[in-house]
Amino acid sequence: MIDKNSLSGTLIVAVGLCLVASILVSTAAVSLRPAQVRNKALDKKKNILLAAGLYKDMESIDDVYAKFVRPKLVELASGNYVTDIDVEKFDERKASKDPAQAHVIPDGKDITGIKQHSKLYVAYEIVDANGTYEQVVLPIHGKGLWSTLYGFIALGTDSNTVKGLGFYEHAETAGLGGEIDNPRWKAIWPGKKIYGEDGSMQIRVIKGSVNTSSPDAVHQIDGISGATITVRGVSNLVRYWLSDEGFGKYLVKLKTQHQAGG
Amino acid sequence: MSDQTNKEVLLDPIFINNPIALQILGLCSALAVTSNMMVASTMCVAVIAVMTCSNVCVSLIRNYIPGSIRIIVQMVIIASLVIIVDQVLKAFLFETSKALSVFVGLIITNCIVMGRAEAFAMKNGPVRAAIDGFGNALGYSVVLLFVAAIREVFGAGAFFGIELMPPTTNGGWYVANGLMLLPPSAFFIIGGFIWVVRTFYKEQIEEEN
Repeated sequence: MIDKNSLSGTLIVAVGLCLVASILVSTAAVSLRPAQVRNKALDKKKNILLAAGLYKDMESIDDVYAKFVRPKLVELASGNYVTDIDVEKFDERKASKDPAQAHVIPDGKDITGIKQHSKLYVAYEIVDANGTYEQVVLPIHGKGLWSTLYGFIALGTDSNTVKGLGFYEHAETAGLGGEIDNPRWKAIWPGKKIYGEDGSMQIRVIKGSVNTSSPDAVHQIDGISGATITVRGVSNLVRYWLSDEGFGKYLVKLKTQHQAGG
Repeated sequence: MSDQTNKEVLLDPIFINNPIALQILGLCSALAVTSNMMVASTMCVAVIAVMTCSNVCVSLIRNYIPGSIRIIVQMVIIASLVIIVDQVLKAFLFETSKALSVFVGLIITNCIVMGRAEAFAMKNGPVRAAIDGFGNALGYSVVLLFVAAIREVFGAGAFFGIELMPPTTNGGWYVANGLMLLPPSAFFIIGGFIWVVRTFYKEQIEEEN
């Protein structure tokens, strides 16, 4: 046997070890891939259903999703549907990083701190059992205190009333910023109005509790103590994504389309 | 070290020679993943798996590892094992893997894993190395779970996510201790833990210079 401390001995061990390690790692990665992809997809569907208030249990996710959710690819700048790209295959996070597919937010407009995002997004239109349009679930994201928050917001047929809100990915401090996941706080959102009478952006998370007698109460959400910066992030990202920079134009079209239809 | 029995190899690291309390290794992850029991216990299982396997692997090939690249060899073995654990978690325990996020990957940098590979597995047979890895990981887990239990109970009024004292944020009476939810609180708790251990094992107290 060659001396293990000689140059050739060292090289043989190094190469051999790397080969074995890489085979093991790639086997694990490849063989577990389908399960991981399935988990990710399920998790996303689950959160869409949660925001829409349709989630029951893990088993029924695929059925409920197929029955009630109609994903549509939307171009934010015009608010029009994009039909020549497969909506199931579209990956907005990849598109957000690709210079050809990303929109760089102009200076001064970037209230969420995300700098750039995809030009296209998937809007999940939800229909009821008869196939009538009921609400829309929109993907939203922006910076909190430590991390980027990813979530969904659901709006009713008037494109104004909040039906639900939830975040499925963030790394805020558990118990402080992480309280944005608290069901009691999320329960404040349904029924709130995004826009004022004149169509201007009004929704806002305020500091402290909302004065319910104030005329603005319908646009205001209670803050969370200990989570000031996180909820400011939530407030900003909701305002950004529902403005004309975000889904604003699409929401107007959606509303007109369904008012004309029904 | 060779006069230790297998039982001592297994049990010593839990209190007498605890990797966190006495050797003060692996603190970073002890701060990061102990805000609740669920996450902490998953982390413990992951560390136990990685440490036992890495000690066995290193021990099996210890006679072939050239001295000049031994640390790199240990690193490659540990890193591969950690990646596999991470992949398994993502495939089967998706929710928990989301909560652990980057910290599973950071097991690679957990000094205890490499410390045991270098200090024990390089000099002992695979069976003893396995026992040593398991024992040390257990010692690490004891501290992690202890810290997590205190942090979750006092920080969130819950244990394994089950509400014990309803906190005011959920309409209950318990005003949660916000400090407990922040990573620095783990420093205080580990400090307390070391204090208690050293009250019983006085020989652990370092001599003053």
